[in-house]
Amino acid sequence: METLERIIAEHPFFAGLESYYTSLLTGCASNIRFDQGSYIFRDGEEANAFYLLRSGKVAIEIFPPQGRPVSVATMGEGEVLGWSWLLPPYQWKYNAHSIEPVRAIALDGKCLRNKCEQNHDLGYEMLKRFAKIMEHRLEETRFQLLDVYAVGR
Amino acid sequence: MNMATTATADPMLPQSYSVRQVLKETADTFTLTLEPSNGAGANRFQPGQFSMLWVFGVGELPISISGDPAERDRLVYTVRSVGQATHALVSREVGDGVGVRGPFGTGWPVEQAQGRDVLVIAGGIGLAPLRPVIYEVLNHREKYGRLVILYGARSPRDLLYRKELTAWARQHETQVLVTVDYGGLSWRGHVGVVTTLFKYARLQPARSVAFACGPEIMMRFVARDLETHGLAQENIYLSMERNMKCGLGFCGHCQYGPHFICKDGPIFRYDQMRPLLDKYEL
Repeated sequence: METLERIIAEHPFFAGLESYYTSLLTGCASNIRFDQGSYIFRDGEEANAFYLLRSGKVAIEIFPPQGRPVSVATMGEGEVLGWSWLLPPYQWKYNAHSIEPVRAIALDGKCLRNKCEQNHDLGYEMLKRFAKIMEHRLEETRFQLLDVYAVGR
Repeated sequence: MNMATTATADPMLPQSYSVRQVLKETADTFTLTLEPSNGAGANRFQPGQFSMLWVFGVGELPISISGDPAERDRLVYTVRSVGQATHALVSREVGDGVGVRGPFGTGWPVEQAQGRDVLVIAGGIGLAPLRPVIYEVLNHREKYGRLVILYGARSPRDLLYRKELTAWARQHETQVLVTVDYGGLSWRGHVGVVTTLFKYARLQPARSVAFACGPEIMMRFVARDLETHGLAQENIYLSMERNMKCGLGFCGHCQYGPHFICKDGPIFRYDQMRPLLDKYEL
């Protein structure tokens, strides 16, 4: 039987995290599943969780003005979904749409923010890990914006 | 590095070929199968080599060979129609004549990759010069480790060789991951740049050789990320592109730093290219 704590400790996002912190995080964690086609969160909703994806695939979607949703990225096993819980105004800015059945660990954002305020070492550790993800996503987005496969490139 | 081979006595003289088949891959990309007009065998080639294709009355184009090296009776090219000459080429009909010079240039070092995992990373029409590598590995499956094909395109409708991608994914010890930069609502695959696929590829850097082809800026990102994942520079190969004319290193049109792409390339090791890739306007 896999315990939540073990699953969290073995997720790539928390690789190398001290067991003391893993225990703290486990108090804010729960197992969750999303059926294919469901929305994990929607643009404008309050952001009070993030997700360690264990299987399945999630599309990040944006609604262009008067348009249909556009998928701008996908995420899958081993990745982390959502960082808007971490910084004010704690509001999602995209839709997260499960395009395959998803298994994940949900971490309660309010619970975690409280723990980070009480334990700044944990807060710093979380910020470092999320900053790395943000840097990767920013780099990938810039690369995507180059539209390298367009004619004339 | 495999060295160039030229099939004709006078490499400046085109040989006469006929169009056997024209296959529409996407809205602007076509695959042409050519066969020698005299009924003889086609010029043999190594994966990664290119030919100069004459569209009589229009001009001559450098096009990578995208077919199976084991098929000795034909030469296959995948061409994107982006200008007058390429449009004329893809507008050829079955039976029309095309002049062929070559093959020219260096090939992907497939023999050196034997016994190792082969990582094929393609962007856009860059899958075409890599398809012969895939055929080569699948034709001699026992000689290679895992085959990992990572392919990025602009959108789902720009994907080349869709049926083959599905068929390759079913092959033994072969992983195929496809991504697009812009996914529509009906697309259920990956969305994101090709480097986002690395995390799903179960790479074993110490026993892998990577072959990458696509827009130059894509290859810069790819090579840099491969290094981050632990691949040594000398195990990363790139296919470079410049305006090639003679195909033999005489005219200098394709000079890139100290190299002639047509003769010294188009396949280069990343450690040879890295100092040049960082320079503007080369």
